[in-house]
Formats: sequence, C-alpha cells, structure tokens
Amino acid sequence: MTTTTQNAMIRFENLRKEFTLSGTTFTALNGVNLDIADGEFVTVVGPSGCGKSTMLNAAAGLLDPSSGRVMVDDREVDGPSTRTGVIFQQYALFPWLTVRKNVEFGLELKKFPAKERRVIVDHYLELVGLTRFADALPKELSGGMKQRCAIARAYAVNPEILLMDEPFGALDALTRVHMQEQLLETWTKERRTVMFVTHDVDESVFLASRVIVMAARPGRIFKEIKIDLPYPRTEEMRLSDEFTRLRAQVWEAVYHQPGVAEAHQ
Amino acid sequence: MAPKDTLSSVADPTARRERSAHHQAPRKSPAPASKSASKKSATGTGKLSRKALVAINFASVAAGLGAWAIVSSAGIVGLPGPGEVLIRGGELLADGTLAEDTGASLARVLSGFLIGSLLAVPVGFLMGWYQIGRAIIEPWVQFFRTIPPLALLPLVMVTMGIGETPKIFVIFLAAFLSCVISTYQGVVSVDKTLINAARVLGANSMVIFRRVVVPASSPFILVGMRIGLGAGWATVVAAELLAAPNGLGMRMQQAQQFYDMPTILVNVIVIGILGLLMDRLLLMIEAHLTRWQERR
Repeated sequence: MTTTTQNAMIRFENLRKEFTLSGTTFTALNGVNLDIADGEFVTVVGPSGCGKSTMLNAAAGLLDPSSGRVMVDDREVDGPSTRTGVIFQQYALFPWLTVRKNVEFGLELKKFPAKERRVIVDHYLELVGLTRFADALPKELSGGMKQRCAIARAYAVNPEILLMDEPFGALDALTRVHMQEQLLETWTKERRTVMFVTHDVDESVFLASRVIVMAARPGRIFKEIKIDLPYPRTEEMRLSDEFTRLRAQVWEAVYHQPGVAEAHQ
Repeated sequence: MAPKDTLSSVADPTARRERSAHHQAPRKSPAPASKSASKKSATGTGKLSRKALVAINFASVAAGLGAWAIVSSAGIVGLPGPGEVLIRGGELLADGTLAEDTGASLARVLSGFLIGSLLAVPVGFLMGWYQIGRAIIEPWVQFFRTIPPLALLPLVMVTMGIGETPKIFVIFLAAFLSCVISTYQGVVSVDKTLINAARVLGANSMVIFRRVVVPASSPFILVGMRIGLGAGWATVVAAELLAAPNGLGMRMQQAQQFYDMPTILVNVIVIGILGLLMDRLLLMIEAHLTRWQERR
C-alpha cells in the first residue's frame, strides 16, 4: 500500500510510538511506513488521535520513536536539524522579537554575517508579503500574518524539508483559503519537500500531490490517495468535478473508516 | 501600598495580571483591547474619560485632606492638622533630618533589594531549569516564604548584632523570596512550543536558555522584583522601629516617645510617597521591557 521510491527525502520505517499517561500505555503510532520524495508535497489527514502530529514530530526530531526510525535523506533522525524546518499551529513566534528579528533568528545561530542576513530576510519577507511589517511585533499581526512570518522564518535557514503541523488550523475559513494559495505560490517559487498535517479534507486535497489518510487506535496509515491535479492549483480547480471527486474519496477514507463510527459514539 | 497582599500571592502568576490591571486602572481606561485604539476614548465601563478619572482622583485626595483638617481641628483624636504636619515637614527638611532618614532607609532597602533580586534570578532559573535544583531549593524557599521576614529579626539581631547587617539581611530575604518564586514560575511556564521552535532553528541548550527562557520569563522576574521592592520597603521601616541610628522608621519611633505627632505623620507620609514612587518607577520599567507582551 505504501509506495517505495528510490530516493526518498523522508522515509518512515516501521515507526512505532507509545506514550504512557498516568500508568496507561497507549500506542500513538504503529507500523508506519511511508516514503516522501524530494520536492513532493504530501498532506497527512485523519481523525484526532490518529498520530499525525506524532509522525511529524518524529520526522522533526522532536520526539524519539519507541521502535522503527525516520530517515531524512538516508540519515537517521536523532534530533532537530536545520535541514528540516517546522511550522507550528500556534505560530511559535518569539513575541519579544520583531518580525525581522524572528526571521533572522536561525540565520544568527548559523552565524551568517549581518549583511547577508539582511538580504535573506528581506527576500523572504517579500516572498510572504510582510516587507511593510518587518519592524512590527508579533502581537501587532493578525493570525494569517503571524503564520506567514513563521513560514518566512522556516524558509530563511534554507531547509530541504518543511514540516507543517496544522499551520492554518487556527485561522478563519477565508484567511485559510488565501494562505493555502499563498503557500503553494511560495512553494512553487522555492520548492521544498513538504509534509503537511491537517484535519481539513479540502485543504489536504488542494495542496498535495498525495494525501495520506490515517486511522486511529492505534495510529496508522489507512490509505493513500494520489491527487492528479497539475500545479499551479487554481481556484477553478477547487471548483472542478475532479476536485470534488477526489475530495469525496478522501472524505470517505477519513470519515467512514471501519470502526470510526463506533469509536465516536 | 501593596505589600500585604503581595506577600501572600507571590507564587500566583495570574495575580500579576490582576494586579497590573488594577494599578493601571485609574490611569488608563480598563482593559484596552489595543492600546492605541482605545487610549483616548473611554472603554470598558465606558462612561468616564481619562481626564475625568484623574480629576476624580484629585478630588478624592483633596476631600481626604479636608476631612483630616476637620477631624484635627475638632480635636476628636488629638491628631495634628495638615498645616501643622506641613510645617513640621519643612523643619525636618531644613535641618537635614528628613534627608538623612530618607537616605538611610533607601540605602538599606535598595542594598537588600539589589542583593536579593540579583541572587534570586539565578536561583529561580536553577529551580525552573533543573529538576534537581528544584528538589534541593524548593523546600527551603517554601519554608521561609511562610515566615514574615520581620519575624526573623530577633534571631538575626542576636546572631548579627544591631548594625546595618541584620536590617539589610531581612530586606534581602523579603526581596529574594518574592523574586525567586516569581522567576521560577516564569521559567516553568515558558511555552514549550517556543523552545521547540528554537531547537528546530538550530539552538542548543545554552542558546535556548539565553534567547528564549530568559526573555520569556522576564515579565515574571520584573513582577517578582516589584513585589520584592514593596516587601523590602515594608520590612525596612519596621526593622528600623526596633533598633537603628537613623531612618524613617527610627524617627517615628523616637517621636513616639516624645508624643511628637507631627513628626510621626511626616514620616508616614514620606514612607507612603516613596513607596508609591518606587512602585511606579518599577512599573514603568516593567511596562517598557515587556511591551512585546499581548495584553488582554
């Protein structure tokens, strides 16, 4: 069921993760095998508790698998790396730093000279349309602008992979659609391997070339659905019959999994 | 002055928000959603402008002074009137007593406060950052926190004599305890997502500490310092009542023996004004250093 490509950028190998909460152990992920190719845009969608964020955190090196492993570019992930940028749902901007300083943060740690930092930061602020807000503090930005700043910050250190954990989950529906389009535009200009976790079926279909549908208890990959819509994705595509068909297919896989109905009652 | 309630609520980070909201209430309209938008127009309760509120502040003070004048001229409790106190204040100012006492009290409170805060910040960080640090330090902090620093004064005077050391020590203790708990609270409440965000951008533990934990807990530290200063101020005056060659507290105690009511009142008023000024000064510094915070 899972595809195996020769040169996977991210490879989940038999990943298993258990958590112990007040004495009870439960399996967040079991037997996850997945390859994501270089430059591919993959979305992971599924009911809550299916371990999709756990999967992403394992790829980010933010948590250790119980067994199995995650490979990035054929090297086992054993901690966070600037090769993998992460974008969090709660934006995670440093509130005491201006937009510019936030984007610059990773570059400072990499000891880029000031002049170079300036050029890179200006470039990414322009890419996400925040040039005018370079000196604003995060508290002065809207949710969408905060997330654009976080995207610029992740891009600035030039990662090969972007891991996005429900990045638009806290935004209103209109902003969300706008952000999706803008993300794809950014991604088209500067292509990275993207793993995008979401609970929004529309979003998963619109963004990805492949949708991974997860199942819960224990968290595992339930189905893979290929999205054969060309990039750039347009508004017309969103309204096309093909999109509706794919959307129905993903919907079916997310909401009518064996056991889902029972589990929710 | 706030020190009484501050001592009991030191460990509660939510108390901070209430307190600062309370302090700002008379100056700004309550709970502005965005500072710039609602500064001028009256919001919240929605009826009074800022000017009107300030006018009411002044009217209230004037009414209080008037009531004081009436009570004293009627001779009800043998209280000297505002005029008498003002004259006595002028005399004390002219002969240098007031300056000497104020200087002595301030010197004690500031040295105790500075040593206390400077030590509290690293200790608070140790408690918040390392579990073992917390396990070692916490019982001591929790124990001493329940003892009013003044209650230790007899013990401290026996062991340290009656010079400056015991007084500075109890102030140090008062400032240290409020600041250490606040710093610790700040460190443990740092948003884990911010730490993860720094990690994925290539930050090691040292960088995370310096560039995430320290700034993120600075609002807590500053609140702790403010509470510590208030506690120190309350402590110094009381410590001087017991034994001191000079100081505002000592002058009151001395005046009491001569039934010199005007002098007592001059010192009471000076203590209140200085306490208020110090609190406002720290509040301003705090507001400036934490202006990045979202305020609700």
